[in-house]
Amino acid sequence: MSPDPAHGTPPGLPAVSAGPAVTGPEAQVLVGNADLFVNWARKSSLWYLLFATACCGIELMQAGASRYDMDRFGAVFRATPRQADLMLVAGTITHKMAERVKRLYDQMPEPKYVISMGSCANTGGPFFKDSYCVVKGVDLLIPVDVYIPGCPPRPEALIDGIMNLQKIIMKKKNVYGAKA
Amino acid sequence: MEAQAIFDTLKGKFGDAVVELQGEGFRPAFVVVAPASVKEVARFLRDDPALSFDSLMCLSGVDYKEKLAVAYHLYSMTHRHAIGMKVFLPSEAPSLPTVDDVWPAANFQEREAFDLYGIVFEGSKDLRRILLPEDWEGHPLRKDYKYPDFYHGIKV
Repeated sequence: MSPDPAHGTPPGLPAVSAGPAVTGPEAQVLVGNADLFVNWARKSSLWYLLFATACCGIELMQAGASRYDMDRFGAVFRATPRQADLMLVAGTITHKMAERVKRLYDQMPEPKYVISMGSCANTGGPFFKDSYCVVKGVDLLIPVDVYIPGCPPRPEALIDGIMNLQKIIMKKKNVYGAKA
Repeated sequence: MEAQAIFDTLKGKFGDAVVELQGEGFRPAFVVVAPASVKEVARFLRDDPALSFDSLMCLSGVDYKEKLAVAYHLYSMTHRHAIGMKVFLPSEAPSLPTVDDVWPAANFQEREAFDLYGIVFEGSKDLRRILLPEDWEGHPLRKDYKYPDFYHGIKV
């Protein structure tokens, strides 16, 4: 398994020296940095919490269905917060729902990310003025990583948001081992 | 049956409890009923063979600023005719008898009217808020409703 210079090296990995062709067990070893590997693993398996409260939820379903197929990003939905990395807030959040949003977010394991999808989740959207029951933006409750504008955003926009989140995840610096 | 005929039937049966017919510009026409006799009128509308209003399509509160009202939209599946029933109530402590033992569908809709207008339906099976959280203060669809500044620490 000698490195093929024609294909270059993946970005971020140290250049493979074009030495003599190595065969044997040492040829199976790839040297890189742990952050790159861990972030790559995380961004490629963004399991999102199934959390759709309004019409944006329909766009979310479409993005997950066969035509746009979010599965190819490794993004599949989990119906439990305990095994989800990403909370996709798709839809209007009312004050009655706010408490539950917060609780679900707290139940998610670290590292966790939040995408706020659509105008309602971003700012309250069409309910921003003269509404007593809608929370004016989900960022009043939980920290948000990516905002997707639109009312409702198309599945392409949602996929763009997920790709932006993947870029954010690739820049993370991780702490390994027990924290002090 | 036409609205006028239904009104005349009710007027002959209940007398002063049936106040007037709001026919002009209303679809369906509304029979205005005194609050105390709502249940009797409702039961008669449901059980009388010539009327047999077996379906309560809609029950909603209305705020006219100086008074409140409850509007009932009734439809008969057997005779294919419709009528409205309206009850005017004072703005302070509005209450009237429930009709959820006449049409069980009324329960959720009465809860909604209670939630958003504060109209109390006496004798209701289960009168709780249905849309808003249980500790919400006030009744938001009233014209004189003041928005709260915060709810559970979140800005409204």
